[in-house]
Amino acid sequence: MQVTLADIKRGEKGIIADVSSIHIPLKLLEMGCLPGNSVELVQVAPFADPMYLNINGSHLAIRKETAIHILIEISNG
Amino acid sequence: MGKQINVALIGNPNTGKTSVFNALTGLNQKVGNYPGITVEKKEGICKLPRGVKAHIIDLPGTYSLNASSLDENVVIELLLNKKDKDFPDVAVVVSDVENLKRNLLLFTQIKDLQIPTILVINMADRMAYKGISLDIPYLEQQLETKIALISTRKNQGITALKDLIANFKELSVKPCLNASEIDTEYFDNLRKAFPNQLLYKLWLVITQDVNFGKTDRNEIDAVADFKTKSKADLKRLQQKETIKRYQFINDTLKKGQTIDLSTAKDLRIKLDRIVTHKVWGYLIFGIILLTIFQAIYDWSSVPMDFIDSTFASFSEWTKNKMPEGAFTNLIAEGIIPGLGGIVIFIPQIAFLFLFISVLEESGYMSRVVFLMDRIMRRFGLSGKSVVPLISGTACAIPAIMATRNIESWKERLITILVTPFTTCSARLPVYLIIIALVIPKGRILGLSYQALTLMLLYLIGFGAAVGSAYILNKVLKIKSKTFFVVEMPNYKLPLFKNVALTVIEKTKSFVFGAGKIILAISIVLWFLASYGPGDNFNNAEAIVTEQYASQNISQEDLQQEIASFKLEHSFIGITGRTIEPLIRPLGYDWKIGIAIVSSFAAREVFVGTLATIYSVGSDEEETIKNRMAGEVNPILGGPLFNFASGISLLLFYAFAMQCMSTLAIVKRETNSWKWPTLQLVIMSSFAYIVALIAFQLLK
Repeated sequence: MQVTLADIKRGEKGIIADVSSIHIPLKLLEMGCLPGNSVELVQVAPFADPMYLNINGSHLAIRKETAIHILIEISNG
Repeated sequence: MGKQINVALIGNPNTGKTSVFNALTGLNQKVGNYPGITVEKKEGICKLPRGVKAHIIDLPGTYSLNASSLDENVVIELLLNKKDKDFPDVAVVVSDVENLKRNLLLFTQIKDLQIPTILVINMADRMAYKGISLDIPYLEQQLETKIALISTRKNQGITALKDLIANFKELSVKPCLNASEIDTEYFDNLRKAFPNQLLYKLWLVITQDVNFGKTDRNEIDAVADFKTKSKADLKRLQQKETIKRYQFINDTLKKGQTIDLSTAKDLRIKLDRIVTHKVWGYLIFGIILLTIFQAIYDWSSVPMDFIDSTFASFSEWTKNKMPEGAFTNLIAEGIIPGLGGIVIFIPQIAFLFLFISVLEESGYMSRVVFLMDRIMRRFGLSGKSVVPLISGTACAIPAIMATRNIESWKERLITILVTPFTTCSARLPVYLIIIALVIPKGRILGLSYQALTLMLLYLIGFGAAVGSAYILNKVLKIKSKTFFVVEMPNYKLPLFKNVALTVIEKTKSFVFGAGKIILAISIVLWFLASYGPGDNFNNAEAIVTEQYASQNISQEDLQQEIASFKLEHSFIGITGRTIEPLIRPLGYDWKIGIAIVSSFAAREVFVGTLATIYSVGSDEEETIKNRMAGEVNPILGGPLFNFASGISLLLFYAFAMQCMSTLAIVKRETNSWKWPTLQLVIMSSFAYIVALIAFQLLK
């Protein structure tokens, strides 16, 4: 099932399916946010924003407004 | 003496690059600025085997050679400009063993520039803990480099690294992959158009929006014209390039690195479940802030009292020991009290930078950014604004420089504009002395009124910052893309050496930077207070003696009267009296007026100025505080520093923009006089109005 990264719940894991390169800063891509890489939601701040992610071994936080431009395939709960 | 080798340390943030720098150079380092910009330039000297010396530059941390900030710009500018005197003979790329995959991205880019490159894999002591093992010979072969496996924490591998640097001529300059495969046709054309240039260098120049200040302009312009592709197309190519590099890195690491997950432990995730928790996270942050205030107010009061009384007796001692005359007076009444006004800061500044550097080093600061982002965004700020606002409690100057990693220009500008409201350490001596004078000593619930007042002033400063951010967010019509990416680094026990060096460095630069201004102002003030125009000043003795001729007063009191009469008719007295009508509604006399005016150079001058003015008028050894307590309001009678005028002064200092250095930094960071001028006018008039209302209500 494909959803945007903004829709996953804490502890859920997935594989990045697609990133909209116009909306995503190059820096995020360079930190490993690329199709094929794994992603896990570690923690969310109040109102589920920003989101604390483990992308391909990189631990980073992004805002929800960025996360909606990243499509993922959920692998397990 | 052998030839000096230029070495550039390059790496992602949070890889311990600065620890490597400290390990190589020790105390042999200096911090300056790159010419024309405020990016910090750290350089040092390292002795290598066989008498060779290395000149080491610690470049700002960057994730790649695609710069998105001023700091990162510095890295590319240096690496692209062979003519720069600092151009590295060898690049040392520092990586963290736990983030090797991501760190290698930057490494492959630097290899493409064909600079001899050493790969440092730092934090090797964590390998067993994380279940990581590396096939170093294989990696060296694939990456076309030499690898130094080191641990700055355990002080391992530094000697081997020095050997590699000394033998840099043996390093390969071959790139480790062919990035131009992402669009063969485009890169072939580029190569034909500029046959003498390095392909990757051309590509960097085309894709960057940076200003290559020092590089050869004509060359760059010619290349920049060779766009032929839209911005979106170029960005797609950059994405392809990134994917291509990661493919290579993944393939390399698949064979060269094994991670045994069964033995790996992850403390970070477990800790972060608590530290970034919706409730516990904020609670922990609150406790940390309280501890910091406690330290600044309570713990540093002992050394501060000591410094205050030491300088008072030193001034007295000088007066007694040196031959009488203008020069002795200048030293005893001008320079020593002026210096005392700056030295007294050292304990607090040191405490503040100690806490800030521990919070940064440990990785906790990123968690604060995460926790605060949503809340700060309501006020038009970013989670990253928290760092400047907290460091603003030390000094607005480094705080404003710390806004550079805020990606959105609007959020960054607002942060820059409101940061001077936070209670910087320069306000502290003003607050402390006035609080001591006008706030009673009692306690409520075990907390002293004085400490609570101080805490309230910090809250007022923070409130003013956030409140004005809210207004600015509504008023400013700036559209800018907002990106927000924060790395959550591993928790680390701060290295004592790093923390100590930061505290020493920051305190030193603050004391000497501000010290120069304060010293200069103290001397000027002393002259203005010791000399005056016209008969009144020159014949002071005769006039006063005559005045009191009929009264029976002691010789001592007479001298006191003469001194204060002189002061009143000195240059400074005349200036003060001219501005007095403007500040009288606020409850101040002309002496405070002078202190306020000189405070516009830097706030901390306030105490020093009063110290200078008052010591010109008296002989006895006394602390500044006692002198101020003895001052009488000339119009209303009663102590000059009472509750009403004290609160009015506190509020004035809380809001007024009185720091030339901050204005200069704001000018540089915003590249316009518009913003610092607005800051000066708006903040200072607001301060005046608030102080006026406060005094009129309370008097």
